[in-house]
Amino acid sequence: MQWTSWTAFFNMGGYAFYVWFSFGFTALCLAFEVITLQKRRLKALHLSRLLAQE
Amino acid sequence: MNIHWFKYASPQTFYPLAGRMIPWFAGLATIFAVAGLYVSFAIAPTDFQQGEAYRIIFVHVPAAWMSMMIYLIMAGWAGIGLILNARLSAMMAQALAPTGAIFTLLALVTGSLWGKPMWGAWWVWDARLTSELILLFLYIGFMALQSSIDDPRRADRAGALLALVGVVNVPIIYFSVKWWNTLHQGSSINMGAAPKMVTTMLIGMLLLALAFWMYTIAVALMRVRCIMLERERNTDWVKALSGVKS
Repeated sequence: MQWTSWTAFFNMGGYAFYVWFSFGFTALCLAFEVITLQKRRLKALHLSRLLAQE
Repeated sequence: MNIHWFKYASPQTFYPLAGRMIPWFAGLATIFAVAGLYVSFAIAPTDFQQGEAYRIIFVHVPAAWMSMMIYLIMAGWAGIGLILNARLSAMMAQALAPTGAIFTLLALVTGSLWGKPMWGAWWVWDARLTSELILLFLYIGFMALQSSIDDPRRADRAGALLALVGVVNVPIIYFSVKWWNTLHQGSSINMGAAPKMVTTMLIGMLLLALAFWMYTIAVALMRVRCIMLERERNTDWVKALSGVKS
């Protein structure tokens, strides 16, 4: 373990903004992609259902 | 030989197979991500020159690798689609483009977040950074071109040509640090040479690269399923799907 305390961990040796922004932004982008795909899938299934009923 | 090599080359048979594969790749992505983050933050030592800011490379390097690999795979699928006139291949190329664009953006943004404290600049017009930015424009151009043409088969062909021409940019990115004097440092890992970093750092990076690989496969399969549903809306197989049939 590299850290003496949680505060030291979150502080990242003074680079907290750069390190956490990098990882946070990555997590956000990937989560956004998955959520939009789930929405797109539901929409596509819904439209196909409407077409199939005609 | 009684193997049906092309059995899964039609959307109708690939759709359910892709659906069964997604949870496996998503699960593997999660496991590799948790392990990778643990190694990156808890085990890998502080860098003697860069302090803790170097930890950005654990996400930056794998994202940059993915941005290039996805482009090559996308162009490969697009090329196969163009030559064999196979619609599933073209759909795979289309499914990979947004994910590739996201990893390119992540490589640029995380690189910028590393550059500010280390170089003192968010951005420099260095060969590595510029060619990576061109890669982002290639992805965006590919997606814009595809969506601007109404006939999907014509859109596939036009997109494939753009993707194939753009392949020339990938070796430029990869070798830019050798060919030119760049502010961007040389590669940390070279084939045929010992890595210039501590083993635990290398393991953290490789684990996160594996996580990104698994994520990319899962997400590309999710997207290709959407594309199949959208493009083949009028076919009998879509109408017979359990999620569609009322």
